[in-house]
Amino acid sequence: MPAVQETVERVKRIDVDQYRYGFETLIESDKAPKGLSEETVKFISEKKNEPAWMLQWRLEAYRRWLTMTEPTWARVDYPKIDFQDLYYYSAPKPKKTISSLDEIDPEILKTYEKLGIPLREVAMLEGVEPKVGEEDPARRKIAVDAVFDSVSVATTFKAELKKAGVIFMPISEAIREHPELVQKYLGSVVPTSDNFYATLNSAVFSDGSFVYVPPGVRCPMELSTYFRINERNTGQFERTLIIADKGSYVSYLEGCTAPQRDENQLHAAVVELVAHDDAEIKYSTVQNWYPGNSEGKGGIYNFVTKRGDCRGDRSKISWTQVETGSAITWKYPSCILRGDNSSGEFYSIAISNGYQQVDSGTKMIHLGKNTSSRIISKGIAAGKSQNTYRGLVTAHRKATGARNFTACDSLLIGDKCGAHTVPYIEAKNSSATFEHEATTSKISEDVLFYCIQRGLSQEEAVGLVVNGFVKDVLQQLPMEFAVEAQKLISISLEGSVG
Amino acid sequence: MALLEVKDLKVRVEEREILHGLTLTVNEGEVHAIMGPNGSGKSTLSHVIAGKPGYEVTDGQILFKGEDLLEMAPEERAAKGVFLAFQYPVEIPGVATMNFLRTALNAQRKARGEDEYSTPDFLKKVREVSKSLNIPQDMLKRGVNVGFSGGEKKRNEVLQMALFEPSLCILDEMDSGLDIDALRIAADGVNALRSPKRAMVVITHYQRLLNYIVPDVVHVMSKGRVVKSGGKELALELEASGYTQFEAA
Ligand SMILES: Nc1ncnc2c1ncn2[C@@H]1O[C@H](COP(=O)(O)OP(=O)(O)OP(=O)(O)O)[C@@H](O)[C@H]1O
Ligand SMILES: [Mg+2]
Repeated sequence: MPAVQETVERVKRIDVDQYRYGFETLIESDKAPKGLSEETVKFISEKKNEPAWMLQWRLEAYRRWLTMTEPTWARVDYPKIDFQDLYYYSAPKPKKTISSLDEIDPEILKTYEKLGIPLREVAMLEGVEPKVGEEDPARRKIAVDAVFDSVSVATTFKAELKKAGVIFMPISEAIREHPELVQKYLGSVVPTSDNFYATLNSAVFSDGSFVYVPPGVRCPMELSTYFRINERNTGQFERTLIIADKGSYVSYLEGCTAPQRDENQLHAAVVELVAHDDAEIKYSTVQNWYPGNSEGKGGIYNFVTKRGDCRGDRSKISWTQVETGSAITWKYPSCILRGDNSSGEFYSIAISNGYQQVDSGTKMIHLGKNTSSRIISKGIAAGKSQNTYRGLVTAHRKATGARNFTACDSLLIGDKCGAHTVPYIEAKNSSATFEHEATTSKISEDVLFYCIQRGLSQEEAVGLVVNGFVKDVLQQLPMEFAVEAQKLISISLEGSVG
Repeated sequence: MALLEVKDLKVRVEEREILHGLTLTVNEGEVHAIMGPNGSGKSTLSHVIAGKPGYEVTDGQILFKGEDLLEMAPEERAAKGVFLAFQYPVEIPGVATMNFLRTALNAQRKARGEDEYSTPDFLKKVREVSKSLNIPQDMLKRGVNVGFSGGEKKRNEVLQMALFEPSLCILDEMDSGLDIDALRIAADGVNALRSPKRAMVVITHYQRLLNYIVPDVVHVMSKGRVVKSGGKELALELEASGYTQFEAA
């Protein structure tokens, strides 16, 4: 993915205050009135030309949300959010239906270019397959759905995916074009009543991606979504739904960015994954929302509900996340291991610097027989940040032979930060075997000096050592993203020492 | 010409003075040996020259090629040609040795305003050097020093020295933990790097190493000072009679 690399290369020495993606795109936008009410919900639904059932679904969620209170159990601390002081919908103008990239506002395209998103790559623009013998692994095709503020602006490679029978489109389109699939699966993993933020999302979500992979199909390319929050005071509430039908496989990557702002921006997404018999979903996230400046001002509040349902026997869901951004992260990608012999994985790198607060982890719910799960979490805390791993592993009475392996390693850089591990384990049957390992260490001065004596700067040395520390997880990412994530890790740790 | 000049150096660690006015001059092309009892300050001297944090220089100066070394950041010293082979090389899990070598070499070259090595050139160079040091290629794929035997760690230090081509090589007890064969291989590696422009400071407890790496000058250190300097025969003398006669007052 040369475009990404190029962008990364352009990023030279920056400190925490110079957030890499901190630029704003000047475009007109079409906003819902400020605040949240039934009117807002109806406005959004209308804007999207949604069928009546969808509006009803949203309104029920909204009414439910009114009765709920914000959770407070996480180790994060932030001023009360005024939900009436936000915009819940913002679409870039002009809002006509977009059928090709040429119709997209050039300003938006420029933004994506700055983000390093290869929307404009020739192959993608033309949607043509490379000629035989031209397949360059570094230019592997990746279908991209780009979500700008609340609206999906382009989905590339539609035609080629269609040929394979894969549906990959903005969820707003899927609601209109594939209502039977959406109705069947939406909310089936994360019900509208699930939690405060998920319920809010159900009421006001504006867009996101929808993927359906038919039985026996191996999705011919990586699918990817890029989210960008641009508008001031807008919440971003994407909704992603991925269904892998029997015996299918799909690998999906999401990347996130937001401009640098003084005020905090809210992001509350919901991701639902469904894997049927023998299906596999690999979901990777590289999250680098704006983390706030070096005084802790601004940044994204990231309250996300991600859950995968291993509905079928021998199904597999794997979450890999590289979390470097956001002022606050509240996120627990989980797997419900319902099918017999199904398996779930969670590989996580969570880096916090400055005043960032991360409370993240996973839940592995073993319901089926002989289900297995694996959790590898690497937390890195620097600056004045707090980094908590919170994990839950449970085995139901019927989940005989359930197995889990958990390894949580924390690395501290400096002495003003904190790392915490909060594992909950519940086995309701005696045949479950759960293993848990946890370590916390400080970055070693001797190791840093060794690197520096060999010519690396302090920051390069920290980057190198940390990348070594997280290697097991980086290896889980698709190759081109691993390279980007590696650089991102170094960048996000700049200014963390000395 | 003097490559390294240490003048009346006083160094404290955590409020305690370890070096009490140490003077040492090393000229280009020379090999100096420093011997001295445990705790006399040999490693401290090497750390201060390399710029390790935690040491407070209260007096004296260090010139390297006539420039004030103490004013330079440690990575700058490395790029300018100061190399320290550590007494205790550390392990860096997850960072492949090959990747480490390349990152470090290119960082130094960049600091000097030179072009980075291309991948094939770099690989060729590493292969050559590691072969001469009897280091299997497989070892270079492993994490830096992770699971290396004591001898392998020391050979890895010499490998880096050969690769970076520094002008001042400080070897802190490179002979400790090496068996006879490994010692010879490592010493051959070091000898191969002797050149009229390069100087070496070899810290050791054993005269045996100096049979392989024959020094021009031998210094005896005691309690934070150089108390005696002489030719290579001084090492033999020490071997025979121990340090007591040189104990500083
Ligand atoms: N970080 C430190 N804190 C306190 N004392 C220190 C520290 N580093 C070194 N010292 C002390 O300084 C003195 C000199 O130590 P140094 O390691 O330089 O000796 P050395 O000559 O290299 O010994 P050896 O032959 O055993 O390697 C010792 O008494 C040691 O305890
Ligand atoms: Mg020593």
